[in-house]
This record gives sequence, C-alpha cells and structure tokens, in this order.
Amino acid sequence: MNSVPGIAFQILQSVFVVLAAPLLTGWVNQCRAWLQNRSAPSILLPYFTLAKLFHKDAVFARDASPIFRWTPYILFGCMWLAAGIVPVLATGLPFAPAADIIALVGVFALARMFSALAAMDVGTSFGGLGARREMLIGFLAEPAMLMTLFTAAFISGSTQLTTIVDTLAHREFALYPSLAFAAVAFLMVLLAENARIPIDNPTTHLELTMVHEALILEYSARHLALIEWAVAIKLFAYMTIGIALFLPWGIADAGDWSALPYAFAALAGKLALAGAGLALIEALLAKLRLFLAPEFLSTAFLLAVLGMLTHFLVKG
Amino acid sequence: MGITLLAELVNVLAAFLLLLAFAMLSQRRVLTLIKLLAWQGAALAASTGIVAWSTGQTHLYYSALITVLLKVILIPWVLHRLIDRLFVRWDIETLINIPTTMLIGIGLVIFAFALATPISQMATTLTRSTLGIALFLLLLSFLMMIVRQKAVPQVIGFLAMENGLFFAATSATYGMPLVVELGVALDVLVGTFIFGIFFFHIRERFDSLDIRHMEKLKED
Repeated sequence: MNSVPGIAFQILQSVFVVLAAPLLTGWVNQCRAWLQNRSAPSILLPYFTLAKLFHKDAVFARDASPIFRWTPYILFGCMWLAAGIVPVLATGLPFAPAADIIALVGVFALARMFSALAAMDVGTSFGGLGARREMLIGFLAEPAMLMTLFTAAFISGSTQLTTIVDTLAHREFALYPSLAFAAVAFLMVLLAENARIPIDNPTTHLELTMVHEALILEYSARHLALIEWAVAIKLFAYMTIGIALFLPWGIADAGDWSALPYAFAALAGKLALAGAGLALIEALLAKLRLFLAPEFLSTAFLLAVLGMLTHFLVKG
Repeated sequence: MGITLLAELVNVLAAFLLLLAFAMLSQRRVLTLIKLLAWQGAALAASTGIVAWSTGQTHLYYSALITVLLKVILIPWVLHRLIDRLFVRWDIETLINIPTTMLIGIGLVIFAFALATPISQMATTLTRSTLGIALFLLLLSFLMMIVRQKAVPQVIGFLAMENGLFFAATSATYGMPLVVELGVALDVLVGTFIFGIFFFHIRERFDSLDIRHMEKLKED
C-alpha cells in the first residue's frame, strides 16, 4: 500500500484537490447566477480573486496576536489534510490510515476553533458575534455529521473512510433506506457547515445575518486569500465525502493507473451535478432566521439517528 | 423481481412512513398535515400491494385498493372540506419546542424497536422487520395526539394511528381478515364524519377549536 505508485497517487490527489477546489466554487457561483437570471461571472473568477489578493499588502490590526497571523495557515493546512484523507480519486491511499472519520470531523473542528479564536482575537464586535454564531452552528452540526458517518460505518463495519468506500463501491446492488436518511442529513450538514443558504448567505455582508463573513472580516491580502482558498477546499472536501459515501461508483484503487481517467471523468461529472444541485438549493430556499438554525440542524440530527436505527432494524 | 428486492422495497416504504410520521409531528400547518396524511396512505397502499404481490394473498390487493380509495382520496377530501367550512385552512399551530418533541420521538423509536426486535425474530413473514416501525407509528401518533391542542391535528393523529395499526397487521401477519379490515375502514370513515360534526359543535360552544377549553366543562 505504501509503495511508490501509492505515494504518487496521494500526491496527485492532494495537488489536484487544492488546484481544482476554486474551480468548483466558480462553477457553483456560475450556476447560481444563471438560475437567478444574472449574467454569470467567469468560472475562473475565484482564481483571479486569489491571484489579486496574493499581490496585495497585508494589513493587521495593531493589537493582533500571533493566533490571528497563524490562523489562515492552520485553516489551509487543516483543509488540505482533510482533502488528503478523503478518497477523492482512489481508495487505499497511504495517507488514509492516518485518520478515520472521527478524526476527520476533528480536523474540521480544529479549523473551526482556530477561526473562532482568530475572530475574537482582534476584539471587534463583529468578530465576537461571528465566532459565537459559528460555534452555535458548529456544535449542532457536528453530532449530526458524526451520526451520518456512523451509519455508513455500521454498514461497512469500519470507521476508516477508505474501507467504507471500498465496501460501498463494490457491494451488490441493494436498497439501503438507512443510507437515504443519512444522505439527506449529510446534505443538511453540508449546507450548514459550508455557510450556505439556508443557514448563512455566502455573498452577504449584512451585519445582522452574516456568520462566516463576520469571522474573516479583519483579514486582508494573502491571509484572506488563504482563507478563501481553504473555504473552497472545505466545500470540495465535503462534496467528495458525500460522493464517496453515497455515490462511490467509479473510484479507482491506489496504484491502478488505467482506472484513473475513468475515475477523473466520474468525479468531474458527479461534482458538476452536485455543484449545480447546490446552486439550485440555494436558489430555491430562503435564508432561515438564526434562531431557526437549531431546528434545521436538529432535524438533520434526527434524520441521521433515524438512519442508524433503521439500519439496525431492517438490516439495510 | 426477486423476493429480496421486494422485501427491500417494503423496507424502503417503511422508512418513508417513519419519515412521514416525524414530518407530521413537526408540522405546524393544518393543510400540510392533511397532505402528509394522504402520502402516508399512499405509502401504506404501496407496501400492502407489494406484500400482496410477493406472497400471492389476493385479499391484500383489495385492502390496498380500499386504502387508496379511503385514505388517499376520500378522507383527505373530507378533511379539506372540513377545514374550508371551519375557516381553519391557513391555521398555524404554535407548537412548544419542536426539537424537544423530536427527541422524545427518537426515544419512542428506540423503545418501539427494542420492543419489536424479539417479536420479529420469532415471526416468519417476509416483512417481519417492519414491525418495529409499525409499532413506532402507533406510539408517535399517540404522542401527536397528546402534544396537539387543536382539534383537527388531533383527529389527524388519530387517523395516523389507524394507519400504523394497519401497517402492523400487514407486517406481522399479512393483514387481518378482509371482513375485519372492511369493518375498520368503515369505522374510520364514519369516525371522521362524526369528528367533523363534533368540530362544529366545539366551535359553536367555545368560538375556537382549542381543546383546552373542554377542561372548563367540569361541574363544581
């Protein structure tokens, strides 16, 4: 497993995810613009934004602590690590045993904790407000996410993501009502965790409603670029986790170069559909009041628990 | 189609019923509740039809047909007429704390599943694994009748309970004898009409469909 082709696959996947993540964001934005009857920006716009931000001079608040400076790098590192663990192109990667699904949720939690700390660090009111809201959503979304992953883990008998995907991709065709519940719950968690409508509007800077934007309001230039990039990778990672759990067909085995073009094509097709679907959801739904977010997320938790219980009862 | 696939389809429908029950528990609008009830009837009829096909029990076809006629078409239509005449079509009930109710619901699921597992291990029917869900439908409809304050949602809870009972009968023993099922179906229909008349009397007396007013009827 830890052979040269395996490591080559690992490097290929990690680099691919980092480079392709802004493209997915661009695609979602483009789809949403079409659905809202606006003329769409270029699909490459996120790359241009990143390039522009990297060329600017960074500005810091006078009393910013080192946490504030380090956070963008920690965020980017966490998301990159997550992208290395998730089986995006191939299963059985050498990196995969480093963390199972519980540790993966932990990596996301680490990123969330640092972004909240950094937001409170400068001491602006928006930062504190955003941090509080982010933690409120985070602590409700995490159990739902874990329960969703546990449902898939029970079916395949392992908490290693790569084993889960292997089992699910190579099983005989069967209807799993438990996985259907888990998929809906996962979708709701994905919307909440990635600051999407109906929990948060990624394009707003309205002080009453913003959650994610309030967190990063103090950042500029290369730090902002890193955070934006990390956010794009996070969306990419969540979507690929969803694809790996619920639509795993076409994934390659590590070291199997002949299956790679097919795996690429399958992934590109699934991501294009998932991105368009996300844009459609965002176009159809309205943003919820913040105080309705617990209700939304407890529904996600309920569905995830129901999925797990259904698995035990009907063995499927 | 193989028998296993049919059994899986029944399981999927059972899971759908489970979801609908939770949706009903958390739904505030009367109009949507009636729609959900109709969906519940449709899922019930579909699962009965599948069981009938896979086991070759002809009388189950009839009960599936009766379910469609009665629970998907007739009763929702009667309820629609009722809420029109009572002017409560757009009524929104203020429920206390939906997440808490949901958590109680999860507790009920676990209780029902734990109760049903030993029973379903003894059973030999194709659909034995859905017994837990049927039991849970009963309990959740009970819960719905307890937490609702308005009359119409309570009656919908009652009808949902009958659905759960029907599902339990299908999953445990491939349905009750046809005569019994016909009797129950008629009872439910008549019950709906009587409830309808009650609604008007309740409203005439108290100017509201809130059941809490009935507590004042005690004699001193």
